[in-house]
Amino acid sequence: MKSLGNIRRSFSPWSDPDARPMIAIRNVTKRFGEFTAVDDLSVDIHAREFFALLGASGCGKSTLLRMLAGFEAPNSGTIVLDGVDLAGIPPHRRPLNMMFQSYALFPHMSVADNVAFGLKQEKMAKGAIAERVGQMLKLVKLDRFAGRKPHQLSGGQRQRVALARALAKQPKVLLLDEPLGALDKKLREETQFELTDLQYDLGLTFVVVTHDQEEAMTMADRIAVMDAGRICQVATPAEVYEAPNSKFVADFIGSINLFDGEVASSQANRTVIAGPDGSVVAEDPIERSPGTSLCFAVRPEKIAVSHEPPAEGTNGIAGEVWDLAYLGDMTIFHVKLASGTVIKASMVNAARSSREVFTYHDRVWLSFSPDAGVVLER
Amino acid sequence: MGAARKWLVIAVPYLWLLVFFLVPFFIVFKISFSTTALSIPPYTPVFEFTEGVAGLVDKARQLTLDNYLWLTQDPLYLRSYLSSVWIAFVSTLLTLLIGYPLAYGMARASRSLRPLLVMLVILPFWTSFLIRVYAWIGILRREGLLNQLLTWLGVIDAPLTIINTNTAVYIGIVYSYLPFMVLPLYAALERMDESLIEAAQDLGCTRLQAFWKITFPLSLPGVVAGSMLVFIPAVGEFVIPDLLGGSETLMIGKTLWVEFFSNRDWPVASAVASILLLILVVPIVLFQHQQSRQSEDGR
Repeated sequence: MKSLGNIRRSFSPWSDPDARPMIAIRNVTKRFGEFTAVDDLSVDIHAREFFALLGASGCGKSTLLRMLAGFEAPNSGTIVLDGVDLAGIPPHRRPLNMMFQSYALFPHMSVADNVAFGLKQEKMAKGAIAERVGQMLKLVKLDRFAGRKPHQLSGGQRQRVALARALAKQPKVLLLDEPLGALDKKLREETQFELTDLQYDLGLTFVVVTHDQEEAMTMADRIAVMDAGRICQVATPAEVYEAPNSKFVADFIGSINLFDGEVASSQANRTVIAGPDGSVVAEDPIERSPGTSLCFAVRPEKIAVSHEPPAEGTNGIAGEVWDLAYLGDMTIFHVKLASGTVIKASMVNAARSSREVFTYHDRVWLSFSPDAGVVLER
Repeated sequence: MGAARKWLVIAVPYLWLLVFFLVPFFIVFKISFSTTALSIPPYTPVFEFTEGVAGLVDKARQLTLDNYLWLTQDPLYLRSYLSSVWIAFVSTLLTLLIGYPLAYGMARASRSLRPLLVMLVILPFWTSFLIRVYAWIGILRREGLLNQLLTWLGVIDAPLTIINTNTAVYIGIVYSYLPFMVLPLYAALERMDESLIEAAQDLGCTRLQAFWKITFPLSLPGVVAGSMLVFIPAVGEFVIPDLLGGSETLMIGKTLWVEFFSNRDWPVASAVASILLLILVVPIVLFQHQQSRQSEDGR
């Protein structure tokens, strides 16, 4: 199989069948009354991994994180951390720390006291505490702010204090609940890279909960896409994006075009899907039985728009330009097909002037190769 | 126009304070330097503005410090002040000990239940304070409800003497002022972010440690506010010691009342009142300081 995305990963313990996971979550279910927040969920998280739980609000990602921290107990199933079953271990005795969404900084303590809190609790020697607090504040570039109270800091600085406080005890695993949710866009983008650098340099295991797909894509080694208390797909960002395993995942991450139809033929890695706007040839490792309802899911940037029909061997669907948006770096096309379906295509403006000029209501051809997308069940 | 309106907004409450607090206080303060007399009003000198400046100066010369000297000569007054402060202090402590768990429980109750609980705390105010204190006479007297209940339960053989003792005064004050303690405590505890407690637990605290290191320090503004709201009026309390207390109950409010109505000694009564205000300035300033610091913190 060709590799997905253009980043080669040297770190992939999840593909090693002998690797022992840092966190093993097995058949965990959590109910609140009638509502099932986490439903028979199993997943492995490996040491030094940056693992993202991605989903809309109410999908159970935060509940899962709170079960790891010990604030909620699963109704059934087990969570094993580094070989130790966490069942019945209260939060204050778990070797992992959490960074809260609201940061939860203690307002009556200075920045240094906040960072020192967990160490004092451990009854660490005074000198050692001062040294560690100094290191932590230096790490998050807040050494000049040690004496300030949280309300005297900006949002970004508070986030750093929360991070330093959670890291101070050198936990095996750091849990981060929407770590960048309260920051503005520019700061969020900067902090994303800082977090990944920090995680890599310290060699820690991070489990981050987020609803922001871009955040998850940027930071995580693997993403677990969650919906209704279950994990829909666990994979690297490139796999989740290029080879989503369901319409839900395809739709949740980025935008997607779906060419619906029925299987006309399926053999030798090629499935032909006949739809209302014509037939689509798709590369497909699975042999499908004719007549099955399927769709071919293609990302907008994999579709080219042209006035001329494409060459043999490439899918071509005719349509009419319905909407155009020139964004500078790329142009977004909304093309309406005969059936009324609107397909989104984006083309990178690699050259300053274009050979082809488009305008509204132009009759155009959408072209994409058979391996431009994935075949999904409807 | 805008400036004038802004000025008016500030002026109205200050004018109110001036007319209804400062002016009466200066009248009382002035009387405290007068001498008793068998007349109406029962003291001299009485300033009259028709007498002109010379007459006023002449009368001002008649003012004396005798009443304040008298307060130092008769140990009754010092004992009354000390006893009042002590009773108020113990009552405040008891109110805090009862009010804190109550407010904590209210703040931890489900969101839908909280308005009802707050309502229940405020509910006693629907009945007159005086009637409620009278009701305690019915509960605490020798043949009262409490003694009947305890006898019926077999806890006691002979009825307890509670009414007309300091115990009854403590009960009365704690009962009457409990809402003033609970409400500021509730306000402080209710707005506290639950994730702070979780963060403390996450960093190695048990729930009890988290309470003492996080919850309690953060509720201190509520503790100070509640304590002051109980302590300040309790020091000058008259109705409760008069109705529930006995002959040995010594409180400055009662002493003041006796001077004013039984002895008709307005000048000494005024001196007692002025000193009482002086004593209360300390906790009031403390309270104000706490309040302004809290608003500075923006919490």
